[in-house]
Amino acid sequence: MGGAVAAKYIRMMDSSIEVTLIEANKDYYTCFMSNEVIGGVRDINDIKFGYTGLAKHGVKVVHGMATGIDAAKRVVKTDQGDFAYDRCIVAPGIDFKYDGIEGYDAKVAEDIPHAWKAGSQTVTLRKQLEAMKDGGVVGICPPPNPFRCPPGPYERASQIAMYLKNHKPKSKIIILDPKPKFSKMGLFTAGWEKYYGYGSDNAMIEWKGTPKGSDDQVLQSVDAKTKTVTTGFDELKADVLNVIPAQKAGKIAFAAGLTNEAGWCPVNGKTFESTIHKNIHVVGDASIASPLPKSGYAANSEGKVAAAAVVALLNGGKAPTPSYVNTCYSVINEYNGVYDGISVAMVYAWNEETGKIDKVKGSGGLTPGYKDTTEEMRAREVQYAHSWFENITHDTFG
Amino acid sequence: MKKVKALQAALVACGMALTGMAVADGHSPSAEALAYTCAGCHGTNGQSMGPASPTLAGMSEYVMVETMKGFKSGDIPSTIMGRIAKGYSDEQIELMAKFFSKQEFSPAMQDSDATLAKKGAELHDKYCEKCHSEGGSVEMAVEDEVGVLAGQWKPYLHYTLNDFSAGKRPMPKKMQKQLEKLTEKEGDAGVKALLEFYASKK
Repeated sequence: MGGAVAAKYIRMMDSSIEVTLIEANKDYYTCFMSNEVIGGVRDINDIKFGYTGLAKHGVKVVHGMATGIDAAKRVVKTDQGDFAYDRCIVAPGIDFKYDGIEGYDAKVAEDIPHAWKAGSQTVTLRKQLEAMKDGGVVGICPPPNPFRCPPGPYERASQIAMYLKNHKPKSKIIILDPKPKFSKMGLFTAGWEKYYGYGSDNAMIEWKGTPKGSDDQVLQSVDAKTKTVTTGFDELKADVLNVIPAQKAGKIAFAAGLTNEAGWCPVNGKTFESTIHKNIHVVGDASIASPLPKSGYAANSEGKVAAAAVVALLNGGKAPTPSYVNTCYSVINEYNGVYDGISVAMVYAWNEETGKIDKVKGSGGLTPGYKDTTEEMRAREVQYAHSWFENITHDTFG
Repeated sequence: MKKVKALQAALVACGMALTGMAVADGHSPSAEALAYTCAGCHGTNGQSMGPASPTLAGMSEYVMVETMKGFKSGDIPSTIMGRIAKGYSDEQIELMAKFFSKQEFSPAMQDSDATLAKKGAELHDKYCEKCHSEGGSVEMAVEDEVGVLAGQWKPYLHYTLNDFSAGKRPMPKKMQKQLEKLTEKEGDAGVKALLEFYASKK
């Protein structure tokens, strides 16, 4: 996301700059809205995008695997040969820390999907839900912070509950969370109460959090054969299991030596240039851009900030002052004429004095709770969520 | 200007986060830097792909400034724009409005019902044309300093009309009168026909 939008915007800002996009895959499946595929209200092909739109902006697209970056020589190494650069923008995305979970690895994930990179695993999870008997148990194990798309696991629970309520009403979703709280928690749990009996004896969604400092629901092992997970406190045998492991920056970030000890990429928030290697900018989930979250919208914003910095620096100027926005929509329900969407938003500004990104005071925040909003406003949020999807994907790939 | 800087220095000394709305010290982002962040919901250069987020490209500078200020103050109801608009100074809003006013407007690619659109055209002429001239076209919207109707996304216009009718969104007295007359005589069907007319303008 961040890389493609940076490529397009560099060309929009200065068409004299030659931009090459090196991407391993022919198709990109957006992680955002992939929960609607799992919920059964969106087709997998609706979240599939190609790179031909970028070519129209004069971006040279090379399908190859980047295997490393020689920062001193300014060369990207790929299986399609070497590419020299003046400035390099890397969007590594995320990778998973499989080591922490006994019995779980990339191969097991084909059968017990994380579905936290959209594509074949999204489809697998959807098929497993379709095949599950009424009365089955769906286990969701969200990751510890920090991770891609903080509200994502809870929107996923909502979307799965929406499907089950309408097709397999005796079923149950159990969330074993290694955290004591989560993004948009009040809004999600109120929505779950409203639609899915949350908190009652007949709850379709049950959330088990972990008090700070304890390991109650911290995932320790997965038994792939019996679909059983063991945490510090619990054991859960599920019919469909969705294990989302702890995360780190994508492979190329490590290969290029762009990561810190925590496994993420430190950057200058004004330019997204790596603080480890000069002339390399890192955007998207892999970068440490706090207080910006690891989200699609943030990646889009960061890609444009990096693009503007690269254009100015290549032209011998100074990096301009950036502006950033994040908006994350989640759809709690969209079945049988009920539409209920929520959002979190924030405007951010660069602080030259502290050298940090600030939240703009007074801006942003959450959709109001049910008592301060109306069904119509919640329905509009679903329409705006879908509009956001159409626009951000076109802004990136079109 | 000096006063602003001194205040910032003091805040930093207290360890408080600054908000970066420091237009006065020359660090404000450019119009482009600000406007590019809108594209996630409103499309590249404000050309929305729909279905509900309005196209900003080509709209009247005045209308955008007033609308953003209305979102910011809460005078205009919104789902999310109130939260977003509070992130910008009035100067920054003016920069963004100038940027979007210079972008080319393309009518939304959306379906419309020809029969309803025909009825809508008549209703438009009767109730709306006086201020939204030439069928609510973008060219005249800029000249008349009003919102773009022809070719704007249908769900967005529907939401906005609902808010006007419900008395939640401020509007000129003349408009209120016309809208009341329209709904009294034609009901929801009249509003629907109007929307189909605007959607039919390609």
